This record gives sequence, C-alpha cells and structure tokens, in this order.
Amino acid sequence: MKKHTISILVENHFGAFDRVATMFSGKGFNIRSISIGETEIEEISRMTVVTEGDDKIIDQIVKQLNRLIDTIKVVDLTGSPHIERELALIKVSVPKGSMEEIKNINDIFRGNIVDITGRSMTLEITGPPDKIDAAINLLSAFGIKEIARSGIVALKRGEQIKIKKEKNLTT
Amino acid sequence: MKNDPNYMSGAEIFFECLRRENVEYIFGYPGGAVLKIYEHLYDVDFLKHILVRHEQGAVHAAEGYAKASGKVGVVLVTSGPGATNTVTGIADAYMDSVPIVVFTGQVSSHLIGNDAFQEADIVGITRPITKHNFLVRDVKELASTIKKAFYIASTGRPGPVVVDLPKDVIASKCIFKYPEEVDVRGYKPTYKGNSNQIKKAAEIISKAKRPLLYVGGGVIMSGSSEELKIFARENKLPVTMTLQGLGAFPGTDPLSLGMLGMHGTYWANRAVDNCDVLVSLGARFDDRVTGKVETFCNKAYKIHVDIDPTAIDKNVIVDLPIVGDVKHVLAELAAEMINPPDTTEWLEQIEEWKNECPLDYEKNDGRLRSEFVIEKIFEKTKGDAVVVTDVGQHQMWTAQYYKYNHPRSNITSGGLGTMGFGLPASIGASFAVKDRPVVCISGDGGFQMNIQELITAVYNKLPLKIFILNNSFLGMVRQWQELFHQEKYSFTDLGNSNPDFVKVSQAFGIESYSTDNPNEVESLLDKAMSINDRPILIEFRVVKEDMVFPMIPSGASISDMMVKRLNPKRMI
Repeated sequence: MKKHTISILVENHFGAFDRVATMFSGKGFNIRSISIGETEIEEISRMTVVTEGDDKIIDQIVKQLNRLIDTIKVVDLTGSPHIERELALIKVSVPKGSMEEIKNINDIFRGNIVDITGRSMTLEITGPPDKIDAAINLLSAFGIKEIARSGIVALKRGEQIKIKKEKNLTT
Repeated sequence: MKNDPNYMSGAEIFFECLRRENVEYIFGYPGGAVLKIYEHLYDVDFLKHILVRHEQGAVHAAEGYAKASGKVGVVLVTSGPGATNTVTGIADAYMDSVPIVVFTGQVSSHLIGNDAFQEADIVGITRPITKHNFLVRDVKELASTIKKAFYIASTGRPGPVVVDLPKDVIASKCIFKYPEEVDVRGYKPTYKGNSNQIKKAAEIISKAKRPLLYVGGGVIMSGSSEELKIFARENKLPVTMTLQGLGAFPGTDPLSLGMLGMHGTYWANRAVDNCDVLVSLGARFDDRVTGKVETFCNKAYKIHVDIDPTAIDKNVIVDLPIVGDVKHVLAELAAEMINPPDTTEWLEQIEEWKNECPLDYEKNDGRLRSEFVIEKIFEKTKGDAVVVTDVGQHQMWTAQYYKYNHPRSNITSGGLGTMGFGLPASIGASFAVKDRPVVCISGDGGFQMNIQELITAVYNKLPLKIFILNNSFLGMVRQWQELFHQEKYSFTDLGNSNPDFVKVSQAFGIESYSTDNPNEVESLLDKAMSINDRPILIEFRVVKEDMVFPMIPSGASISDMMVKRLNPKRMI
C-alpha cells in the first residue's frame, strides 16, 4: 500500500469539502491526512489529501475526485517533484533539569518555543512529515502531553497550474 | 426596479426557468415550505403538475418519464419529510443514471440548523446519491442554479440533481435574467473519443474471430440504438445486453443474444466466456453481470467505451479504454472498420448453445406460470410496448421473455433494485408515451410498496395496463432461501397476508380481474389492450415455487451456472 499525496483545487462552495470527504468514506478509501485552505484565487480552495492504496485504488480515487462537480483540478503529486510540509504543535513535559536538552532538540529541528510553563513546553515544528515524526520520537523520552498536527500541505515544484476563470452567470 | 417587468419573486423565477427548460410535467406534493411555489402554480398553464400520493412515487414517476422520453424528469416536494421521502428514488436514479431534477422546499434561511419544524439537511443527506446538489442561498442565484441543475442532470453520464429552496429565497424578489449558457468549470464531460484508440479498436474488431458486443444503458441514453443496429448488422456482430441495455438492440434480431449475467441466457453467458474480443458499449461491468471478476470473460481482449472515466477499470481491468459518448464513438468506429470480421463459425457456435439450453419452463401441467403470461404479453404487444417492471423474479422473467424492439421501452430499477418502483414509474412513462401501450408488470410484494399511486393513474385516466404476477411469495428472496439458506422461508410467504388485489383496485376505482387459468390469459390481455381511456389491472395467480433460471450464483463463475432446479422434489 503506497502513500499518495493528492492536491485538489475545489470551488470555494458551501459543502465542497464535505463532498470530497464523503466520496472517500462512501467508497471506502482511506484518508491519512486532509487539509484545506485558501489559494491565490478568492473562490478556489486547495485541499491536500494523503491517502494510500494500490495503483487501481489510486486510479479510482483520482477519477472519482475528478468526477465531483466542485473539483477543478486533481493532481497526484506522488512520483513528480513536489514539496510537502506539515506543522506540529508538541506539548512536552519538562522534567527537572531537562530544559536545556529540550531546547537543543528544538534548535536542531529549527522549531519555535511558543509556550512555556514550569512543567511543560510547547514546540512548533515545521517540515516534511518524517522530520516531525523524528522530533516527536526524540521528545517522547521526556513525556509528550499533547500533539496537534496540521496535516500535509503540498505544492508541485516548477510551473504553476493555470485555472480558467468561470464566467459570471448570476443574475 | 420594482417597475421592471422582470422584477420577480423566487417562485415566479422558478416557473420562468422551467418554462425555458421546456418542462411539461412536474411530479409533486405540496407542503408548508413550498406553498409560495404552489400559489403561483395555480396560474401556470404551460406545464402540468401531477399530484402523487407519496413523494417516493413522485421521484419514480419522474424517472419513468425521463427514461421513456429522454427528457429531464422534474420533482417538486416540500421540506423535511417531503424531502426525505424522495431519498430512495434519488438513489435509484443515481444508480441507473436517470436525469431528474428534484426541487425540495427548505425552511427559511435564518432557521436552517435550528431543528425547525419540517427541517432536514437534504443537501447533506443526498450528497452521496446525487450527481450534484445545490442549496440556493440567494434569490439572485436561483435562475443560474436551475440552469446548472438541468445541464448537469442531462449531460455527460446523466443523473439526479437536487435543488434545495429555502422558503425566504422563494419569497424574495430580484430582477430575473435567465443565463443563455452554462459554464461549470469543474464539469466538462468528454464526448468525442480518442481517435487513435478508436482506430485501434476497429483494427482489433476486424481481426476478431469471436467478437461480442456487450451493450448497456449508455447506448439508450446517448440515443445510439440506430447506430448500434447498423454497426452490428453490417459487421455481423452478436449483441448481448445488460438489464438496462435491453431495447438498445431489437430482441427479435437473430444477432441478439438477450441478457447476460446472473439470470442471463445460457448462450449469452457462454458467448461472453468464449469470445476473443469483448466490446463494452455504455455498460459498467456490474457485479450482476460479471459474477466472479477473476473468471469473467478472461480469454478476451476487452474494449470499454464509456462516457464516465470512473467506470473504466473500476470492476474489470480492460485492455483498450475509450472515454466518450457512445454515439460519437460508434459513428467513428463504424467509419474506421475496413473489413468486417468473419463471424460465420462463431454465430453457428452460438446457435448451437442456443439449442443446447433454450429458455424453458413447464408448460404441460395446466398451471399458470409467469413466463407464460409474459410471453403472451409479448405476443399481444409484438414487442412494441413500453414495459415497466418492479423488482424481483417477474423482473428477470420479463427481461428474459419480453423481446423489446425499441429503445426507451424497458423501464426497470437495475442498480438499486428498488421494490415499489414499477407502478409509479409506469405512471410517469404514461405521460411521456402516447402512441404505444404502457404496461406495468409487478409482483405481489413490490406492488404493495407504492400501491397508493393507483389513484394517480385513475385520476389522470392513464390507459395503463397493470399486471400483477402474484406467486404469494417474495419470490426472488424465496429462491435464494431455497438455494442458499437451507430452505428457511423466513418471512417471504405472503400467502396468508396478501390483500385481495381485485378488491383493492376496485376501491381505487380500477376495473380489475384475477385468474389462475392459463386458458383465460389471452382473453384478459385482449381486454386490457382494448381499453384506452383508463387503467386496468389483472392479477395472475401463478405457481408459488417457480424459480428463475438460468442462474449464476452471486460471485460465482459461468461454470457454476444452474440451468434448472436440481431437486424437483422441492416443488410443493
């Protein structure tokens, strides 16, 4: 089961996100992570879905996504050069005397300390998902209290995908 | 602005849009959230509103109308229960790609989400069973939304579209302007097939020794039955059809092998198993067709023509996919064919199979059988009627024994298998078809599921011929119980719990008859065919325990085909 990162441009319509999510659940496809946000064009949002499956399943996922009326462009980024980033907020326990060590790990991962109390520290770490996994792995020695991960956002390297402007036909 | 003649309420805009979409009929049921629309409907004369007795009936009627006419069926219901009652019909239309637009009332915008009276999130509920759906949030978007709804429902692979209309949107006003054209950025169906692929397909078909056309509902929807007829006859290609494909090619043509699949003919299934090139036209390799996918047609080179890219490689991996409208692709394919293949031997082989195991049933014990009744209906109507069925054994027997001569004549619930579909769908078809008889063949189980629509047929004086094949059982379920569930006839025996169908229909004001005598069938059918100004109902009390054969059990291979009952002692 190979992991695939699929980038989807959707109309910023009421329910568009739900249509994509419903398609995945209704057809029995897995979602490992999903994220959505605005783009350079006001009425278009970008969703990034990380899913998994063999070639036949991925082929169906891409076709089924294309079939939705609200999707404008669907690209399976896997296999072509692209950038993947994720942000994680990691709240870690600070046992006596380990403050420096945690700060060092944070520096190595080029993270930010965004909150601190006597007993815990919250780190903000950004990067490819495996970097975040590595950071979490190292920090788990101190005791992790909470984690929030954004899900992956991704962009293709190189040229931009051109989107046609929809004619305004509203009365 | 208020003096502008185009300054209209949402309700008025609604009808202006329907007028421009050439809507002739709305199948509907009024209620609180759509009162404003019904208020205007009172003065509308360019279309006819057909009052059903249950919203599910409205959707099936719209489906029947759409399938018979090729136009978009239109439904209008109120919010909440009115809307949720349409769900089964919408799911049915989605599975069988029927173009309908369902307008649902909705509570006022400011109440949405408040659990208001008769509120249901119908857009959320129908999201996975519609091609697309809309909630209209502003009266200024109403006209363009309706335009888009009709466009999306009727183009590409057709399907149901729901438009949810909040009460305040219908009541508020704006300047009406109907958009001349539609532009939906994320929806661009592919009509023209890839020419290189088509050329390759023509080469492969030309060289084939045992080619077979496997034809589905897409041929009928795209209006390419004529093209198919010419293509098959010129190249001497045998044709087998799916349940939805019946009628795409004349059932009486020597090249027709009838239906394939679970209850398909022996010879059609043998042909599928032995062909060397399978050309699928507007069909989707449904599990009722393929059985066990690994053994389905595994010796053949497979060409798959479909307008929906998701249909390709979904169930069966094919060798040559062509995404496009069958009509376009067939025209191009026919032009590319240089030599017709030599199929003489192949057709002889199929003929042998046909003689080896023809469709057959017991004819000599004097008892009335469904197959006999359907054969007689075929003889009386010469294959020219529009035949609407419900779901179950009678549906499969109709598929086997009624040889449809024309497209848009076979109306049945295939994908969803919705019991209760037949009667309302045949009512819808009756509005679309005036020059040929419309026949509803139903079972005693399914008929009771939308029996309330009898009054719709009576009130509208539809010359509908309703035939109930009453075997006092949920026959298809019973068949599975006998074959696969240790003969535990759990809750399928309706023998003691069926109503008196003659009395019921008389209460609705329908002339009705009942018989279990094979000798009376012809005269009763003649009577039914002679009535042209009102519905008539005939109940045929048929043998209880008959089973549909041939049968390939679910998920099995053609080698597992049962052609007759193995243990005749099971006959009660």
